[in-house]
Amino acid sequence: MYTIYVSMQALSIKKLTKIYPNGNHALKGINFNVEAGDFYALLGPNGAGKTTAIGIICSLVSKTMGEVEVFGHNMDSDLEAAKSCIGLVPQEINLNLFDTVLNIVVNQAGYYGIERRLALIRAQEYLTELKLWDRRFEKARSLSGGMKRRLMIARALLHKPKLLILDEPTAGVDVEIRRSMWEFLRRINSEGTTIILTTHYLEEAERLCRHLAIIDEGEIIENTRMSIVLRKLQREIFLLSLADPLTETPKILGFEIKLNDPFELEVAIDAEHDLNSLFAILSEQGITAVSLRNKANRLEELFMGIVENKQDNSSSAVASSS
Amino acid sequence: MNLILNWIGLKTLVRKEIVRVIRIWIQTIVPPAIMMTLYFIIFGNLIGPRIGSMDGFDYMQYIAPGLIMMSVITNSYGNVVSSFFGAKFARHIEEMLVSPMSNATVIIGHVAGGILRGLLVGILVTIVALFFTNLEIKHPLITLSMVFLSSTVFSLAGFINAVFAKKFDDISIVPTFVLTPLTYLGGVFYSISLLPEFWQKVSLANPIIYMVNAFRYGVLGISDINIAHAYLIVVFFVVVLFTISLILLNRGIGIRE
Repeated sequence: MYTIYVSMQALSIKKLTKIYPNGNHALKGINFNVEAGDFYALLGPNGAGKTTAIGIICSLVSKTMGEVEVFGHNMDSDLEAAKSCIGLVPQEINLNLFDTVLNIVVNQAGYYGIERRLALIRAQEYLTELKLWDRRFEKARSLSGGMKRRLMIARALLHKPKLLILDEPTAGVDVEIRRSMWEFLRRINSEGTTIILTTHYLEEAERLCRHLAIIDEGEIIENTRMSIVLRKLQREIFLLSLADPLTETPKILGFEIKLNDPFELEVAIDAEHDLNSLFAILSEQGITAVSLRNKANRLEELFMGIVENKQDNSSSAVASSS
Repeated sequence: MNLILNWIGLKTLVRKEIVRVIRIWIQTIVPPAIMMTLYFIIFGNLIGPRIGSMDGFDYMQYIAPGLIMMSVITNSYGNVVSSFFGAKFARHIEEMLVSPMSNATVIIGHVAGGILRGLLVGILVTIVALFFTNLEIKHPLITLSMVFLSSTVFSLAGFINAVFAKKFDDISIVPTFVLTPLTYLGGVFYSISLLPEFWQKVSLANPIIYMVNAFRYGVLGISDINIAHAYLIVVFFVVVLFTISLILLNRGIGIRE
């Protein structure tokens, strides 16, 4: 049975610092908390420090300084209890490719103290759900990339962790499987499992997560609710598919409009305008839009804005100091 | 420490190691049996009769315990070094590192795998030996305990080698340049009393001398060295190597970034 942990911190990170032996300052004293039951996105460009942070939380990387608590268990003084709460789906495939699908998940459960009899029951449950049960006696090396990722998810879940950490779980997975994985993750989150997700598909973070932190060059540069971040978006660009072709670009006050082709309009909308007024004016002009989509993912635009802003600020700081 | 959790973890690890040994039986079990058969044919059957008796036993009988011990040692070492380094190389060692299983359990699980393969191969080689010579075990308790302890020492040594190894070459350097010479010079094929006094003393620095002789004492009732000394030295190595392994894992040397 899953338990819902109300108003408790699933993860608390204080002044977490990591300096690698080569001098790389991967984490510069970051702080963040994840509430129990949350679906939390940890975003950032490549090399920002996401995987290092996850590595430290999961005891795969030694920290230089700082504190990590998982459901109130300090990683320094109560490591066994802290580790028991976590399930990890790493970025790199780390399966024993010569072992069978069933052995891989059941053995992992054994390392968490789950008896084999119970592990076999849970293995059937999760492998069926992740569409791997029919391949349970096959060696992991015979699985496709997407199947290997799903196997890593099943492996991480067999001990029913309270905190599931997914480091780019849908990298290289096709759209259909990605969406079914989203559904699956949403369901286990709704059943009480706290989830931390790192991903390069910002659409994924926007659809799944309620909170997010953006990490860049070892520092947290944004840490808030997803809805608050998206509200900061000043301008969105939409693509409208038209029912009938247009020969010239319509002029509408307050909207920047481009005719990409006779059947597609590109409309930039500022925060003070809304879609209703756009549609009303288009309708008045006899233009019918049959569908609408974002040109780029909203979070992606925002993410790029935040990261670029930070880079601009640091370059100007360097320039002014020199 | 949660004892139930670690007990289940240990059982899982041992089971995984046994499955591995059986899955790759053509690499783990067959080669030592073939190699030992060749030793018995060449050294025992062909050359042995020309050598004559050694310490009152015919040469075939004399070398049989040493050859059994040699196969136990090399297979225990080989099992742990390849299993643990393989897990490190393919990164599925992370399955253990993220789990709440204690580091001691991880070591004991791998060592148990090494001991089981050592015993399995030891039994096979003993069966092969029985086709060539007659072996009556004089002191069963000493025989079994010495096989167990020696196998533990070399499983732990294999574990330490795997912790430090960064590439596959690193797991063959120690067996080739250290283990094999020590085994061949460890009294498997001769009594150290045949050596000049200086080399007898040098030989006493080789831990394998103690294991082979104590095992030979268990089987044939003869030994070049004091059995109590042999036990002391072997137990000393078990304690020291286990402690080193535990320190290495606790510090994450060669394993955690």
